[in-house]
Amino acid sequence: MAHAMTHASVMEPSPEAEPGAGVYNEKLGMWIFLLSEIMFFTALIGSYIILRFAHPEAWAAPGKVLNIPVTAVNTFLLICSSVSMVKAYASIADGNQKMLRLWLVLTVLMGATFVGIQAYEYYHLIEKAFVPSAGLYGSTFYTMTGFHGFHVTMGVICMSFVTWKAFRGRYTAADHRGVEVIGLYWHFVDLVWIILFTIVYLI
Amino acid sequence: MATIAPPVEPAVHALVDDRTFLRKYIFSTDHKIIGIQFLLMSLIFLLIGGILAMMMRWQLGFPGRPMPGGGLLPETMASGAVILPEFYASLVTMHGTFMVFFAIMPLLVGVFGNYLIPLKIGAPDMAFPRLNMASFWLAVPAGLLMIAGFFVEGGHAAAGWTGYAPLSANPEYTGVSAGQQLWCLSLIILGLSSILGAVNYISTVINLRAPGMTWFRMPLSIWSLFITAILVLLAMPILSGALIMLLFDQSLGTHFFLPADGGQPILWQHLFWFFGHPEVYILILPAMGMVSDIISNGARKPIFGYHSMVFAIMSIGFLGWVVWGHHMFQSGMNPTLGTTFMVSTMLISVPSAIKVFNWLGTLWGGSIKFTVPMLHACAFVAMFVIGGLSGVFMASPPLDMYIHDTYFIVAHLHYVLFGGSLFAIFGAITFWYPKMFGRMMSPRLGKLHFFLTFVFYNLVFFPMHQLGLQGHMRRIYDPSTYEFMKPLAGLNRFITISAFLLFASQLLFLVNFIGSWFRGRKAEPNPWDDTGLEWTTPSPPPHGNWAVTPRVYHPPYEFGSGRTAEDFLPQDRKLDTPPAPARAPASR
Repeated sequence: MAHAMTHASVMEPSPEAEPGAGVYNEKLGMWIFLLSEIMFFTALIGSYIILRFAHPEAWAAPGKVLNIPVTAVNTFLLICSSVSMVKAYASIADGNQKMLRLWLVLTVLMGATFVGIQAYEYYHLIEKAFVPSAGLYGSTFYTMTGFHGFHVTMGVICMSFVTWKAFRGRYTAADHRGVEVIGLYWHFVDLVWIILFTIVYLI
Repeated sequence: MATIAPPVEPAVHALVDDRTFLRKYIFSTDHKIIGIQFLLMSLIFLLIGGILAMMMRWQLGFPGRPMPGGGLLPETMASGAVILPEFYASLVTMHGTFMVFFAIMPLLVGVFGNYLIPLKIGAPDMAFPRLNMASFWLAVPAGLLMIAGFFVEGGHAAAGWTGYAPLSANPEYTGVSAGQQLWCLSLIILGLSSILGAVNYISTVINLRAPGMTWFRMPLSIWSLFITAILVLLAMPILSGALIMLLFDQSLGTHFFLPADGGQPILWQHLFWFFGHPEVYILILPAMGMVSDIISNGARKPIFGYHSMVFAIMSIGFLGWVVWGHHMFQSGMNPTLGTTFMVSTMLISVPSAIKVFNWLGTLWGGSIKFTVPMLHACAFVAMFVIGGLSGVFMASPPLDMYIHDTYFIVAHLHYVLFGGSLFAIFGAITFWYPKMFGRMMSPRLGKLHFFLTFVFYNLVFFPMHQLGLQGHMRRIYDPSTYEFMKPLAGLNRFITISAFLLFASQLLFLVNFIGSWFRGRKAEPNPWDDTGLEWTTPSPPPHGNWAVTPRVYHPPYEFGSGRTAEDFLPQDRKLDTPPAPARAPASR
């Protein structure tokens, strides 16, 4: 933007300012945003815990309604996409454009597949009359997994944008802020899923 | 005043501004323009909220009588110009919603957070200017959706601004379906807007302070906005989550808050107030910070106990998270838990009292200039004490049992929100108006507006304590329904007439605000002889704020230190003489 905001190394905080967080603005901003995301999922997960403890009988035994094997594959896929995200980051930190693009494309594909499998899962559940209005079980299941799916979708969209920029050679070993910042978000979404998979499907 | 910013003025022309009109004023990324956009938007909502309040007051003062102008309302709102009970419920709900979410909150956080943070810490703009623009352009559709609710079938949301379930969750209870859903949707979007703003404010304060602007050289307005942004960041997503569940209950048939299928109405209350109590401090902390700036300036003395002020803001910000249960004493709470919430609530009076005594300590022995902002700031302190004191004893569950859901609560919350926040907002607008628009507001009109507002405000809200103690219910449509409330009719009418006069007095502010924009006296860079960095750049500041990043050498409130020819020492002026004793001495 303004003149004072362009500085020598963009991955370092501005030397023209009083010492702050010690990281560049975008990274700091993403960490702060993720704090707010934690609170959002806390509201959903906290409500789930309260509702379920009050009415344990409203939940079917694990595996009765939800298809655990399919979702386990999906979970594995999402964890793999976190690994490929790290690989993408490591590649560009070394200045390797080719590997950056490869790993990013893989991450986007795995993320999109995750959403696809979730849609497939929803479709079959609704066919079996397990809908959002099906008691507390349906209410919490669709709200929690749905909003996680929404976050993955947003992540895939942003990641596609980053990938597009990567193909245009916008990231370098000296400045790859976009890759690092979307990576933070992606790992967060992944982490939330591991919690959701455990408490919604396995318990 | 020629001595004020000598190094900056000549270099300012170096800041080239070649943005198109659309980029400069509509889809601007400049924090100053966005601040002014928020100001205009929230003043419109303040007006709308005020009009809704006047309609409520008519019904309470003259129940069942045709309202002047009521014939303009459609049959679904008023029959023969008499307000219908259903519409009255919408009025109560929307007055609260507009005032809290679309007037006071954006006025404090959206306007002054945006306008002051970069200017006061010496940054050229926010950390994320485009995110900042997105934040404003999300708030606008949220506001439009909220207004649209009045025009849909079934009328607007009518479950109170707190949207208590199951009243809000099941359309059958209020007859409102689309209106309540729009209410949820609008607040979800507004929540996103606030969160984006908060991310921006926090990042900016942490990373973009000018060299020398250490944490403890930040003005208290910035400290309070910083802590407020943290509260917004962590509280708004809780509301968003709760609203999403409520919206699904209404539209998808889920059962989160509907007891028939195992849902828990109390869960809504917990979620709402877990957000709602930090929200209370979101609505008062920035006001406290800006009042500190104005009082120190008006008393020409350093703020008394700067560090204790900072720690008081922090402890209020923290304690605000552990008191939400005091809104729910009558919802069926375990008495032991109630006692815990009582103690934590009363604890907040400690940092609040520290702040009040520090303001008094600042005024003590000062050479006070009663400018318009100073008058408002002093009124803030006085009114906040009244609102704060009634808050302390309401925190006790046995007392709350008696006054809960009565006009006593209405009196209390208006003493902190109107007497507190809104007086501070009027003061802050007058104080920073010259910086925003390059012109002074008329002090004569300003004083007239202040005195009329102060008098009528107290005539409106003080008697409400009395109403509440005599059992006047908070959201009752027709106070003549019950025999025991019949004697209150005269007091109600008195309040209503005072309220109309209070509303009319606000037109003076409107005239002053718009008139000064075009015809006000041209403002110098530093019309109030203040020490802050924002006064070292022209009024209004150019795009980019400073041609050369300012350097900070002094704490924020160096008034009357005797180290300069004037009675104030700007934060960025380098002095050759070493600082006298460790801290700046008071003026006497």
